[in-house]
Amino acid sequence: MTAVSDRRQLAYIAAQAADARVNVELEAEGMTLNIGPQHPATHGTLRIVARLDGEQVIEADPIMGYMHRGYEKLTEVRTYPQVTTLINRIDWLGSFANEVPFILAAEQLMDVEAPPRAQHIRTILFELARIANVTLFLGDMGVQLGAVTPVFYAFRDREHVLNQIEAATGGRFHPNFDRIGGLKDDLPAGWIEETKKSLKEIRKFCDQMDDLIVGNEIFQARTRGIGVIPADVGLSYGLSGANIRASGVDWDLRRDNPVGLVYDKVDWKVWTHPDGDSFARYWVRLQEVRESCNIVEQLLDTIPSGPVMAKVPRIIKVPEGEAYIETENPLGVMGYYVVSKGGLNPFRVKIRSASFSNMSISPWLLKGAYVPDVITILASLYFILGDIDR
Amino acid sequence: MTFASLLAVDWPWASWPWWADTSVKMVFAIVAVLIPAGGTVYLYLFKMVSFMQSRLGPMEAGPYGSMQLLAELGKNVQKEDIFPEKADRWVFALAPYVVLMSTFLLAVVVPFGPQAQFTNLDTGVYFALAVSSVSVVGILMAGWASASKYSLLGGLRAAGQLIAYELPLILAVVGVVIQAGTLNLQEIVAAQNQQEIFGWGGIGNPFILTQGLGFLIFMIAVQAELTQGPFDMPVAESELVSGYMTEYSGFRFLMFFIGEFATANIFAFLGSVLFLGGWALPPFVTDLLGIEWDSPWMNVIGPGVMFTKMLLITFVIYWVRFTYPRFREDQLQKFAWKVLIPLSLVNIAITGALKVAF
Repeated sequence: MTAVSDRRQLAYIAAQAADARVNVELEAEGMTLNIGPQHPATHGTLRIVARLDGEQVIEADPIMGYMHRGYEKLTEVRTYPQVTTLINRIDWLGSFANEVPFILAAEQLMDVEAPPRAQHIRTILFELARIANVTLFLGDMGVQLGAVTPVFYAFRDREHVLNQIEAATGGRFHPNFDRIGGLKDDLPAGWIEETKKSLKEIRKFCDQMDDLIVGNEIFQARTRGIGVIPADVGLSYGLSGANIRASGVDWDLRRDNPVGLVYDKVDWKVWTHPDGDSFARYWVRLQEVRESCNIVEQLLDTIPSGPVMAKVPRIIKVPEGEAYIETENPLGVMGYYVVSKGGLNPFRVKIRSASFSNMSISPWLLKGAYVPDVITILASLYFILGDIDR
Repeated sequence: MTFASLLAVDWPWASWPWWADTSVKMVFAIVAVLIPAGGTVYLYLFKMVSFMQSRLGPMEAGPYGSMQLLAELGKNVQKEDIFPEKADRWVFALAPYVVLMSTFLLAVVVPFGPQAQFTNLDTGVYFALAVSSVSVVGILMAGWASASKYSLLGGLRAAGQLIAYELPLILAVVGVVIQAGTLNLQEIVAAQNQQEIFGWGGIGNPFILTQGLGFLIFMIAVQAELTQGPFDMPVAESELVSGYMTEYSGFRFLMFFIGEFATANIFAFLGSVLFLGGWALPPFVTDLLGIEWDSPWMNVIGPGVMFTKMLLITFVIYWVRFTYPRFREDQLQKFAWKVLIPLSLVNIAITGALKVAF
């Protein structure tokens, strides 16, 4: 009995000490403003402790971990096919994209390759997940700046893509569709035509956002020259995805290292912007959604026939070894380092999620910004809480 | 010139004592402030915005959700009246009343017909612009007394913004005053009705035609005064949660809410009096109807005319509000001091010069 209460007491004291450390570190002249953990701008439970001088931020400290769900540890007690259910929930807006690198890593360990048809469909779903994810950002950026209407358009048009994902996989948000060695099912009849139609809606939506947001003088005044990330600083903080491409770094894993996906068979372009400010990040993402539509349209016309599943044993045992696979996910580079000691469960999985690295630049970036700009900068960095805290 | 002389007939209350007269006026004041507020909130805030955002808006309470306002009222009245622990209780409790008071004071001078007016002040314009700034005091009180950092930031932003945009508002109206040659709102209506455009008096001379720039500046400044649209930095919900209203709940929040939308209507009423010809019908219409432009019938028709014009102006206010992203605090100040005020000064100079020339 005493042991339990002692442990509890110790835990309590430790928690108090941790809080006190945070408070002492941030104690200074000026006002301390807690943005979060519950705040309309953070899409979840991110807490930013900002020390303000008037409305200017002297120091900002993101405190993460309010939504930590321990996925890396949980994977150790799941079999390989079960893991995809969990990791679907990391970046919950583009769920399918989370499954792919893990499955690829497991396939590499097992020395299995998915048949070409499966690879094609994987790539299509991967890009549809990107569209579903980034369209919401395109609308949401407007809300963060005070324009309420675009986000409703984003939800409306995102639905077209979600419907297609649902039609193919059975799940709107969490498809859990990728399997080691291929896919769960083939595409349903008529899916290709329907998808082409929904891509047209997305292109229309992109044009609408071009008019409503990018062309708006107030939007430009609020984002141009705000939150500038020079390329070298961005790289040193480990930024990836559209955030680093908006700083002029021409780096996209889809083109540079397309493991297991068929991007090399498509004619497409990597968009970059030289400015590195909030506007550039928005612009690059907008172009990327259009480019994704372009990629999917080309892939839809060239799906090869054949099986969608390679020959794999019914009970999956992964031989001993290590593999690291990273892919260009909607939020940036996402990688899984999978260590297997043989057997049904992974021995250790390290998840490199994009938002966590993207957020790490925020203390550097927010220093000297105004409170309204804190919101736009954070919005333009585009993080998903599940992707930060895992 | 009281409301008692409505329709210029000897209604029984013409001889009533002052308290009865005042009671009647108070009832009418509540009608004149709350009914249009409810109407525009339902029509624009609930429905028009929903259609803009490709959704339906409230549909369940009453036909097409038309009883939604009553539901909202019931919801807010039921809620607990929460005072934050460290709040300055008296000031916190009083603040919404001060804001709402400013709205009702504004309604006092608005003419709805030749005799349908609560008070006909000789300095009507001056009075209206003066009492409209009383709400700043209430907002500062709310922001300071809430003992919350978000409220404080919101209150201070609001104070800075409202003071900055008071000036272009006044300067934009000065052009109208120069052209009408009076500060009395009734006489401004008369001036618009009786002046002629190049010898043609068919529609009178609504000052929006000659004071187009003034009207534009007026609308922008009103938008900022109402902390709506691109100027909603004080209540910026994505950063300050709800600005100075953050800590309010229940009935007190409802009062802020009513104050916000009722003030929008009263400013729209003022805008239609100053720029769109007020309650008067265009002369060619009154000629067709065979009545004098200020015949007693206008006490009945006038409120309808005013209501229509008010709906037109508030439509623009809400349209802009839900389309544009918001300015940052410093950009907003720059816009007021470097663009709007110089422009309105130029407007005054040109109006004055032309007034002297013709």
